[in-house]
Amino acid sequence: MTTNTNFLLAVEDLTVSFDGFKAIDGLNFYMDYKELRVVIGPNGAGKTTLLDLICGKTKASAGSIKFKGQELTALPEHRIVWAGVGRKFQTPSIYESLTVRENLEVSYPEGRGVWGALAFKRDRRVLEKIDEVAESTFVKDMLDKEAGLLSHGQKQWLEIGMLLMQDPELLMLDEPVAGMSVKEREQTAELLNTITEGRSVIVIEHDMNFVKRIARKVTVLHQGQILAEGDMDSVQSDKRVIDVYLGH
Amino acid sequence: MMNKLPDFIGGRSGLLGLLVFAALLLLVFPAAMNVDQLSLAGRFLAFGFVAAGLVLCWGYGGILSLGQGVFFGLGGYAMAMYMKLEASDGLPDFMRWNRITELPWFWEPFHSLTFTVFAILLLPAALAYLIGIAMFKRRVSGVYFAIITQAIAVITTILIIGQQGFTGGANGITDLRTLKGWDIHTDSAQVTLYYATAVLLIGVILVGKWLLSTKYGRILVAMRDREDRVRFSGYDVANFKVFIFCVAGVFSGIGGAMFTLQEGFMSASFVGIVPSIEFVIFAAVGGRLSLLGAVYGALIVGFAKVMFAEAYPQLWLFLIGSVFIVVVLFMPYGLAGLQENLTRRLRAYLRRTEEHPSSTPSPPRGTTSVGASNRPSQGEPDADGSLSTQEVRS
Amino acid sequence: MGDFTTEELLAIFAMQGFAGLSLFSVLLLMALGLAIIYGQMRVINMAHGEFMVIGAYTTYFISTLVVSQAPWFLDYYVFIAVPAAFLMAFIVGWIVEAVLIRHLYHRPLDTLLATWGLALIMQQAFRSIFGAREVSVRLPSWLQGSYQPTLMIDIPINGIAIMVLTLFVTAGVAWMMYRSRWGLRVRCTVSNREMSGAVGINTRSVDRLTFAVGCGIAGIAGAAFTTISSTGPTSGALYIVDTFLVVVFGGAGSLLGTMASAFSIAQGQSILEFFISGSMAKVLTLLVVIGILMLRPEGLFASKVRR
Repeated sequence: MTTNTNFLLAVEDLTVSFDGFKAIDGLNFYMDYKELRVVIGPNGAGKTTLLDLICGKTKASAGSIKFKGQELTALPEHRIVWAGVGRKFQTPSIYESLTVRENLEVSYPEGRGVWGALAFKRDRRVLEKIDEVAESTFVKDMLDKEAGLLSHGQKQWLEIGMLLMQDPELLMLDEPVAGMSVKEREQTAELLNTITEGRSVIVIEHDMNFVKRIARKVTVLHQGQILAEGDMDSVQSDKRVIDVYLGH
Repeated sequence: MMNKLPDFIGGRSGLLGLLVFAALLLLVFPAAMNVDQLSLAGRFLAFGFVAAGLVLCWGYGGILSLGQGVFFGLGGYAMAMYMKLEASDGLPDFMRWNRITELPWFWEPFHSLTFTVFAILLLPAALAYLIGIAMFKRRVSGVYFAIITQAIAVITTILIIGQQGFTGGANGITDLRTLKGWDIHTDSAQVTLYYATAVLLIGVILVGKWLLSTKYGRILVAMRDREDRVRFSGYDVANFKVFIFCVAGVFSGIGGAMFTLQEGFMSASFVGIVPSIEFVIFAAVGGRLSLLGAVYGALIVGFAKVMFAEAYPQLWLFLIGSVFIVVVLFMPYGLAGLQENLTRRLRAYLRRTEEHPSSTPSPPRGTTSVGASNRPSQGEPDADGSLSTQEVRS
Repeated sequence: MGDFTTEELLAIFAMQGFAGLSLFSVLLLMALGLAIIYGQMRVINMAHGEFMVIGAYTTYFISTLVVSQAPWFLDYYVFIAVPAAFLMAFIVGWIVEAVLIRHLYHRPLDTLLATWGLALIMQQAFRSIFGAREVSVRLPSWLQGSYQPTLMIDIPINGIAIMVLTLFVTAGVAWMMYRSRWGLRVRCTVSNREMSGAVGINTRSVDRLTFAVGCGIAGIAGAAFTTISSTGPTSGALYIVDTFLVVVFGGAGSLLGTMASAFSIAQGQSILEFFISGSMAKVLTLLVVIGILMLRPEGLFASKVRR
């Protein structure tokens, strides 16, 4: 087994089973620095589970996940975040009773301990960063609104914004355009193209048009294993992939 | 205009709420009540410490503890042990009755008032820390945590009653008369103790308000809304929970100590399930998101109980039971929430009549919700303040 | 323990173990109802103990009636009392669900508080109707006396009767959960409420029935309770914490887990009781349960689910 440290993320022989059912089965998956990767696959292929494993929400039964050479499987969730992994959930996960500004502020990567949070000052640096992120994620006008009042699409953006506050090196987005209008999707595609500069991004998505807009390299998951990998065209013409999507 | 108001006061309306509260406690009550009533109010204020702690950990943090009586008891017993030692030469009377000949080792340090004060603050914190670490690190939360804290209340009560020789058993620690030679049962002492309790309580509430105004306070609310999001934003959620649980424990301990001082007595009947749940009633009635509201809740329920239980002892349980149900069903944010709602409607109404005296009413502002109280104002005229609440969002 | 011979120790274990079985029966019957209700609708019913007391008072009422009106029926009244206890608690449960509980779904912490209020009201109602003093039922003659397999072991008949009753009820619950239409609907609703609604299950009526059945089983627990102890307005409150721990410890939603945890808690407490004081035995049992819960927060028999 060669463990290649030149990758940003190296997932090797990863397996997780739930009462005997293997949601991820001996998976190998590598990401380069500053790569945008789209993961597709039919329902139940293990896409979300893969993200869960990387960010520590689910513990692996076997295998390793190395991020910049550091083993993630042994780390608690918040340490994985500290290492530089950010994760957006499938359904927008924001703090409804805080304002948009406070949502972003909570995600600012300082004052992460109890005492640090007590001593934390909302100074110019923080406010500027909040403005910058809010600008790029289209929620600038809403900063003082309560986040629960945002539209579904805005909530999705806000959550992406919260992740950008942390400046993660690896950003994992689980269906970022689900429930968005066509126009919002276009905006999101643009947003993705800008945030990929300087970091790696994994996107899980079902919307093939959206995938085509952003994808450079695509990984197809099926039954917890990689079925195909490559650029969009080659994957789309792969017979096995067509079989899986159209049924047998 | 006071421009230099600290953030955590919560703007002008927050200051107003605090001033009314302080005036009520320090001016109105002493003027309007006789000594007996005032000392009764002082005891309810002591319960208010616990209720305020519950606002922090239950209302804001979403951690419902049904065992706050344990922390109240720790503070109360620590105080009682000191006073008991002062009241007896050598061995406390109940120890003699239980044929204990030597003062147990853990009683020894309570000869010192300094130690006692530290114990009042640190014992509840230490126990809360232990329970918190054990539970929150293992991600025990919600209902399970409530039930386990309740079990801890049961265990503590049984231990106190069972270990009669060390604790005074079911009778409790009685006949406490003096603090450093100062007779606490005189009228003037009772009044002084009342003021001390009120001032301490105001201090505790300020601490609470400050806590909620920091980033910690916002993380607390964030945790209640979306625990996982907080965790995956790089916070060790358990530590944040442990901390607020400790703070609530310390508040309760102070309340317990002040209660013992005024009552001259401490027993297991302030520790178990029933008192613990009563503390939750106070917070629920007053408003689980309002530190001041919780204290009002303690005062209102406390005085109602005294009045009712004297006149119609049969009806009291019916009444308090119904209050519990009604509050939970119809006003989850308690009296504070009610007051908040009314104020907001009144303001909206005034604004409407000012702007367009005869036009059709605009949609009520009540549909937008006002966030957690004590949030540093961003310059917009916020309707929140001390008695602030959040709308129920299904 | 040095003062006892092996034979004596064995006899003690057998007898305490059997005493534990009576406690086990009551705890299990209580916990079954509580677990069904919690599993179905995430409602924490703090008034569950009071539903047990309803069953106990129903039994008491029938026994007094029989003693005064129809003494010849004394030997058989239990066969009426147990269904009656179930029915009374069932009916009250039905009403409580309709009036109170249905407003509180998916707010588990709030159900806990509201049902505590309900418990206070019910306790005062008992006190107003039956008085504050504890009452006892007159046992049929065939339930009195004891069974002595050896000279040293002495097992009360009523304990055996409760055991049999508990076994029947547990088997009945298991049958209902896993074999009946109702059980199928319950299991559907538990695993996916929206979907169940979509395929035509009236989840509202499933909820109401489940709550009422859970309360009814507590009523049966009350009937069983009268044979081993006297009943007062607050008898139920004494059992509620233990019952909750049984449910939590067993892993909510698992029938087998509930049985195993009721058994171990009851046995642990009962056997310890002989060697240390009853209160310390309870402290020790609760502490051990809390300790184990720390190691396995999801309970003994919780299943792993992919989320």
